[in-house]
Amino acid sequence: MQLVTPGIGLLFWMLVSFSIVLVILKKFAWQPILKVIKDREDSIQHSLDAAKRVKEEMAQLQQDNERILAEARKEREGILKEARDAKARILAEAKEKATEESHKLLESARSLIASEKAAAVKEIRNQVVSLSVEIAQKVLQEQLKGSSAQQQLAEKFVKDLPLN
Amino acid sequence: MSQKSKTRFMGVLLAVLSLFSAGQAQASGGSSEPFVPGDFIFDHIGDAHEWHILTWGETHVSLPLPVIAYSEYSGLHVFMSSHFHHGHESHDGLGLREDGKLVEVFEGQELVEVLPRVGPELFRSMVTTEGQEPDAATVELIASFEAGEYEKVAAQVSSFEILPYDFSITKNVLALFVSIGLMMWLFIGMARRYQAAPDKAPTGFWNLLEPLVLFIRDDIGEASIGKAKSHKYVYFLLTVFFFIFINNLLGLVPIIPGGANVTGNIAVPLVLALFTFVITTFSSNKHYWMHIINTPGVPWWLKFPIPLMPVVEIMGVFIKPFVLMIRLFANITAGHIVLLGFFGLIFIFGDKFGPGAGYGVAPVSVAFTVFLYFLKFLVAFIQAYVFTLLSALYIGMASEEHEHHGEHEHGENLAHTH
Repeated sequence: MQLVTPGIGLLFWMLVSFSIVLVILKKFAWQPILKVIKDREDSIQHSLDAAKRVKEEMAQLQQDNERILAEARKEREGILKEARDAKARILAEAKEKATEESHKLLESARSLIASEKAAAVKEIRNQVVSLSVEIAQKVLQEQLKGSSAQQQLAEKFVKDLPLN
Repeated sequence: MSQKSKTRFMGVLLAVLSLFSAGQAQASGGSSEPFVPGDFIFDHIGDAHEWHILTWGETHVSLPLPVIAYSEYSGLHVFMSSHFHHGHESHDGLGLREDGKLVEVFEGQELVEVLPRVGPELFRSMVTTEGQEPDAATVELIASFEAGEYEKVAAQVSSFEILPYDFSITKNVLALFVSIGLMMWLFIGMARRYQAAPDKAPTGFWNLLEPLVLFIRDDIGEASIGKAKSHKYVYFLLTVFFFIFINNLLGLVPIIPGGANVTGNIAVPLVLALFTFVITTFSSNKHYWMHIINTPGVPWWLKFPIPLMPVVEIMGVFIKPFVLMIRLFANITAGHIVLLGFFGLIFIFGDKFGPGAGYGVAPVSVAFTVFLYFLKFLVAFIQAYVFTLLSALYIGMASEEHEHHGEHEHGENLAHTH
């Protein structure tokens, strides 16, 4: 029976000391410990979240990089293609111009030649006329003295001369 | 090699235990009195006004403790228990009874002086045995007491014992203080360490304590009370858990300052259960009481006209903490009794069949004791856990928020069906 009868002394000391220990431990142990643990948990969660976010950002960045690279590549190809096109066009244009120029040159040369030739023929004709006249003069001077019939005959000969 | 050293260790242990036993047997038996296992066991699990450490032959080594007692007749007494000389002498009018209780003894002239202050009711209760008719001599004694013939009464009763209010720092009280000191040192130290380096992961011993703290916060507090409210009660749960756990463990340490039966003394679980009861009651909401008065899901004829369920539920309010108290007390005390019983076997055998039988049974006793120690180590944790968990559950039940609407409908539906 004594075993299950609480003694007033222990009851009193237990009540007092447990109340005190509850208050003291709450204030000086549990609150700081739980706060530090909570803060640590929060900071771990925070770090994990941040890591996840950074990872996502990295992926985003990489995607962006790839996109930019692809764009650059495309642009380079465009530029190259344009350059090639320009080259071809310029070449073609140059060729065309050159042909045209040469044509022009030929044409002008030809016309020059023709006009020169006409001038030369004209001169030759004049020369021939004067020469023939001279020749006829000399011949007639030698054979015909002042005979107009003879003069007319000579002129008719010269006129029928196929010089062209 | 290790096998050999182990055997040697066991040998030393046995030698120490048998030395201890020799002393004990002599102490309890004086010279030739037989060993009484009941006294031996209850001596160890009970409280005492001195802390017995060792008995060597006729020499008792014990730590004297302060006696603080208040008596209505002689006022306050404060002195060291060494004045009792291990219970053989009285001091300052106080002495130790056979069962270890502090008593105030009045004899001779003192008795004549003190008798008038003892009321007739108390006197009657002290000279008669309850439930028995007093014999003629006792009736005459009471008659002369009531007539005021105190000298005549004093001559007849010769001595008179009363129990003063005993607030002594007994063995259990000292062990309680030691455990509280240990707790403060541990956890305030832990808090300091945590505050000094909040970002550092715990190492060493703190690493052992932190999982327990987290276990109580998450798996007991939050799981039973709910996340929203548990932070109010988690301090109590933590304190209760570590208080019980540390005291249970200290109770397993066989030498001073361990070895006292703190959690196995009914007063300690009583106060702990009282705390649970007070906290539960103060955190209870209207719904909790409505649940008790009008338990939902129970046929109406259990509530009216005879309020059977409400009576059972109201009893339950008190039975819950009472059971908490009994569970802790009984588990720890029973463990100590069984443990000491196995030890006692050595002396029982030694007493009955000679020292040889005692030594012969010792290895078996020690083997069982070692096994029981492991068991009690487990029990130390389990009881702390169970007490904390059930406290948390009771608090959780009392403060739980309900979906008022749904519950009401449920109750009405039931009422209609019956």
